[in-house]
Amino acid sequence: MARLLQFFSILSLGALFCGVCGAQDLHAPSNVTAGEDVALPTSGSGKATFYLAGPGISQKNDVTLGEEIRLSGQDLRYAGDYTAILCSDTCHTATFYVTAAKPASVIFLVHPSRVPVGQNDAVSGVAFPFDQYRNLITVPENVNFQLSAKDASLWPRSIRTQNGVAWFRANSGKSAGPVQAVASLDDLSAKRAVQQVASDPCNLRITGQRTPNGILVQTEPVHDCAGNVVPDGTIVTFTATGPNGKGTVDAPVKQGIARAKIESPGTSVISVASGVVMGNEIRLGAQP
Amino acid sequence: MKYAIAIILVAVTAGLMVVGLFVTAQAGGTIGIAKGSALHTAKASTPDQALNNLLADVQRRNWDRAFANVVSTGGITEPAFIQDWIGSNGSVRSFSSLEGFEVRPLHETNDEAQMRVHLHFSSPVGPIEDVRDFHLVREGDLWKAVWPKVEIPSVPAQVIPVTYLRWDLVTGSAGDEWGAKNVDSPHVRIISMNAVDSAQGSVVMGEVTNEDTVPAFVTVNATLVDGAGNAIDEESSFDKIAHVLLPKQVTPYRIDFPNLSLKNVKNVHMDVKATLVPASADPVIGVMNQKIETDSQGKSVLHGDLLNQSGETVNIPHVIVSFYDNSGKVVWVSDGYVDRALLPQSTEAFAVEIPKSLAPSIHNFHVVVNQYSLNNS
Repeated sequence: MARLLQFFSILSLGALFCGVCGAQDLHAPSNVTAGEDVALPTSGSGKATFYLAGPGISQKNDVTLGEEIRLSGQDLRYAGDYTAILCSDTCHTATFYVTAAKPASVIFLVHPSRVPVGQNDAVSGVAFPFDQYRNLITVPENVNFQLSAKDASLWPRSIRTQNGVAWFRANSGKSAGPVQAVASLDDLSAKRAVQQVASDPCNLRITGQRTPNGILVQTEPVHDCAGNVVPDGTIVTFTATGPNGKGTVDAPVKQGIARAKIESPGTSVISVASGVVMGNEIRLGAQP
Repeated sequence: MKYAIAIILVAVTAGLMVVGLFVTAQAGGTIGIAKGSALHTAKASTPDQALNNLLADVQRRNWDRAFANVVSTGGITEPAFIQDWIGSNGSVRSFSSLEGFEVRPLHETNDEAQMRVHLHFSSPVGPIEDVRDFHLVREGDLWKAVWPKVEIPSVPAQVIPVTYLRWDLVTGSAGDEWGAKNVDSPHVRIISMNAVDSAQGSVVMGEVTNEDTVPAFVTVNATLVDGAGNAIDEESSFDKIAHVLLPKQVTPYRIDFPNLSLKNVKNVHMDVKATLVPASADPVIGVMNQKIETDSQGKSVLHGDLLNQSGETVNIPHVIVSFYDNSGKVVWVSDGYVDRALLPQSTEAFAVEIPKSLAPSIHNFHVVVNQYSLNNS
């Protein structure tokens, strides 16, 4: 019997406190978008103090219970968890989450800025959609990636973002030159350029002849294995081995061809290399 | 009593002066190796004294008196003699000073003598050692050094068109969007690495290449790690590398760890860093007549001639050589500064020493010329 009395006493006290709660309450919205005005309904009567804490904001206001507390969109620019506290005799807390607004920009990173042709998975791109307040949009969105060279589309693909990120990996093409990478989302787009460059020289061949001042040696047009001319400035090393020892010249490619003068009066064997790639050897007779 | 201190000071000074004169006489009379000093003997009655006088005057830059100790049978003039010592055109020699010398007699008769001198120069690129043989003759009571005519390269006035590439860097404006102005660092790769113990400590060496299509400023660092995974020491290649690498260019590198043995080293961590850098493909420097020979001191030396094929003066040529064994492995990397400037269309000789223990195993070598031009610095 005593236990039953104790139970009803606790129930009564709970009901009393709930009555106090009901007199002063704060209702948080279920769905808030960044930058939108929001009204938080309150109940009860009298004066109270309202606190709002969230990403990039912390404020305190005097409010009247029973009226709506209006939060401006400027106060809710940043996506994330917000805590609203209403204090009168006691304090009541409500939390709500502000989600990012609609996409306003796409950040697009492409790596590398230069890539040799014919490389597998050599180009990677990452796109991040952001709203106008620079909040990362984490709800899935379709980002269209497009690689194109000389107005020809090489690689269109639509990829859905996961946790605010969409990415791709692609092989580099076969032709040297600029490749445009575009990431688009709705009517937004971001463009980047990747320079496809010739790969290592392939089938490096030289010709040479004696001149009154020594040996003039030059390469045939230097290409990579895909037929792209290597960029000007690429170093080609010519080596002449003769009775006077060895002579070497590091000559840069100019308009696709590298030339060098080497002093080697006797019968000489001339070889060529560029980086780790070796070319042919030629033999020239002694200076007449 | 109040004059005692003054009297003592005068006495000590006089004593030191007498000792000084005595020491001068001793230095002049040394047989064998004579260390360089600034002391000057009034009358050079021996080849040693004559050469010491000459070099002491060179050290003091007392050119008139130094040239008075020279027999100019080859027709050398005093300005040419001075230029032979102080250099020109912003060369290493023009920034160096003679710190000391050691004189060794090679051969001596009543009227002639052959002396070998080890010259020690201090320079901005570190100490430079040079060995020169001097021929001395007796003229009356005095000995004098025979100075051959110095061949100073003279370049005729000419116009040399330069049409090689130059790379400039443009930095994007600050307002650009994130990710819009990324330009990747050049891609460089270590193509060989070898770690050996040497007399001075451990040496890590090899070759690195620029695989990219743009110039790169390259530095190579090495960290020696012990069995427990702790770093023992970390060093960089400093000046034993050609830092600016044009596309597809290969350079040797050498990293010295003085007084450190590889016995305690379990691992070597290599780290190569490359940054974009403005550069020019000019000047082109050919390396001619490269030959490994044994010099007069019995040392293996790689000799050759640098040929400046461009129209720009190279003030400080720097030669870096990688030496390979018969399997193509880099077994040593040597370097040396050429103490004369490399004028346009002219040649300068260079020599790089090879450690005696490695000389027999060397099968091939690759010379890279690093160049410093005052106009470009």
